[in-house]
Amino acid sequence: MATLIRRGRIENPPSPEAGQVLRLEPGDDPAAVADRLGAAARVEVHFPSFTDGRGYSIARLLRERHGYRGEVRAVGDVQRDQLFYLARCGFDAFLLRDGQDAGESLAALNDFSEAYQASVERPQPLFRRR
Amino acid sequence: MYLYDEIDQQIVDERVAQFRDQTRRFLAGRISEDDFRPLRLQNGLYIQRYAPMLRVAVPYGIFSSAQLRMLAHIARKYDRGYGHFSTRQNIQYNWPRLEEVPDILADLASVQMHAIQTSGNCIRNITTDHFAGVARDEIVDSFVWCEILRQWSAFHPEFAYLPRKFKIALNGAEADRAATFLHDIGLHAVQGGAGEVGFRVIVGGGMGRTPIIGHVIREFLPWQHLLTYVEAILRVYNRFGRRDNKYKARIKILVKERGPDNFREEVEAEWKQLRDGPSTLTRAEVRRVESRFVRPSYEPLEDLHLAPSGPFGAWMKRNVHSHKQPGYAAVTLSLKKTGVPPGDVTDAQMVAIAGLADHYSFGELRVTHEQNLVFADVRQDRLEDLWQELKSLGLATPNIGLLTNIIACPGGDFCSLANAKSIPVAEAIQRLFDDLDYLHDIGELDLNISGCINSCGHHHVGHIGVLGVDKQGAEFYQITIGGNQGNPAAVGKVIGPAFAQHEVPWVVERLIEVYLHNRESEDERFVDCVHRIGIEPFKENVYGHADSPRQDREPAVA
Repeated sequence: MATLIRRGRIENPPSPEAGQVLRLEPGDDPAAVADRLGAAARVEVHFPSFTDGRGYSIARLLRERHGYRGEVRAVGDVQRDQLFYLARCGFDAFLLRDGQDAGESLAALNDFSEAYQASVERPQPLFRRR
Repeated sequence: MYLYDEIDQQIVDERVAQFRDQTRRFLAGRISEDDFRPLRLQNGLYIQRYAPMLRVAVPYGIFSSAQLRMLAHIARKYDRGYGHFSTRQNIQYNWPRLEEVPDILADLASVQMHAIQTSGNCIRNITTDHFAGVARDEIVDSFVWCEILRQWSAFHPEFAYLPRKFKIALNGAEADRAATFLHDIGLHAVQGGAGEVGFRVIVGGGMGRTPIIGHVIREFLPWQHLLTYVEAILRVYNRFGRRDNKYKARIKILVKERGPDNFREEVEAEWKQLRDGPSTLTRAEVRRVESRFVRPSYEPLEDLHLAPSGPFGAWMKRNVHSHKQPGYAAVTLSLKKTGVPPGDVTDAQMVAIAGLADHYSFGELRVTHEQNLVFADVRQDRLEDLWQELKSLGLATPNIGLLTNIIACPGGDFCSLANAKSIPVAEAIQRLFDDLDYLHDIGELDLNISGCINSCGHHHVGHIGVLGVDKQGAEFYQITIGGNQGNPAAVGKVIGPAFAQHEVPWVVERLIEVYLHNRESEDERFVDCVHRIGIEPFKENVYGHADSPRQDREPAVA
């Protein structure tokens, strides 16, 4: 059973949940589903391959442009070494690909203690906090 | 150069720890080759023909003598005693061991250096004019803006998995010495009507398989908006750039397919949303970055009017450049001595150069995209002493701007992508044109060699370009003429069928014959002559008339 990391905790197996789920593929435009976001319990953004970086922009748009506050979950080829960037772009749940060590993955969210840019996690860039 | 504060240092240290852990897991078989590849590439690590290759960043080309000593130490301890300066103002090591790369990164971090994003499908090292800060035609000190962009691009979470690599160049002077029309994004500082600073934004230029001159999508972007605007371009590219074919994945193809006007509209629409947001730059931040740059403390001097003759005069003419500070000059150290692969430096040379930089140029130096080094702040009254010292190190070849100042990629001797060798071709041409008087008479000429269409040797913008191609398993070379890296940028035209390796110097000689015969004066450069008379006369002298093809295609040198 796949491991889910959600809001900083490991769930294996993922706890059952209700509510509407929207699923976005890399080529989808978040603006096209903007009017359905209000009713969605979560949005799943699919990574067919971890090297396809479109999902990072999708998550930022969901959060920063469309103000979506529900869960944004990365699904598909989701690995430990991308979690730090994913979290900064607004993902708060990660359905890990098979074979990923859950404890190490959780730790990866703290690979860096500081970052230069503005992000969903920290809307003020470092230069405004320095 | 910019001095790290505690946060800058901490981020680089954390990167070393992260990569050490990734390498450990890879070596333990817990990360597959495919999953590890993008991770190592974003640390500049390639698996090459014989060994890994590590590309170390020299951000926008400026570094200190202490950093150069560390580069020498790395060459000695982890490599075979030399490094190779690349056309991206970086340094490459061709023989490190994968197991030791985390240690190399830790050594680099101890002198505020790294290999972050020197490869991979992400924002690469930002390049600029190697005379930044000292040129007389300066509008802004481009280093400050490059550092602001470096920080913005380092570990940018949204743009680490772009469709393809992404290269930004920024030019701070009137003359474009950063090839801004040949980058994914080119930024050229301009002054507005009231003296305010901004940037002309150029998008979609590039070399490689499809050489394209970039398009200006904004004539004037006020400096405050630099990051939000660049972010808008990157977001449009990240979302819509092609990912189905790596040869069509660069932003230039997106700009071409959309059309520059449509692309501009998309960027402007995205920017409207980001404009004036938290990433809008502040005066305080620009001042903070400025204040962390170490500046030379010049002495009040007068310009000397030196007009020496003989070998020192030849060196002064070619390798010494004017300076905005009276009494000072910038000096190019030629890494293009015949018989040495272009851009290669040994560990002993690095240590000696570091000593000279301390003694003559405030402990700082620069690497140029032409693969040479620059001492930017040398007192004019010490030029002759410096020349003597450089001569004894083999770094005073008076060939800057001349035919033998060849740009060449590592080519088939090292690179697994190459179709053909570059270094022996460069050497054969240098040997044929070893007469300095003749070389100076030919005048300014950029000759660039790439071992394959990836164009690391910038052959497209060589006045003469040489491209290694594969013809049924054999190495051949296609020749272009009329390329130019800036003011204005132009892509060279192919003169005809490719040549065998031994024929290339002969071809160059035939091209030069046509030029010398046709030039209007000594002031008309080879490239200007090509643009004026067209490529036909050159073709004819190389291939002969259609009805009487040349029979003497023999190597001029053995």
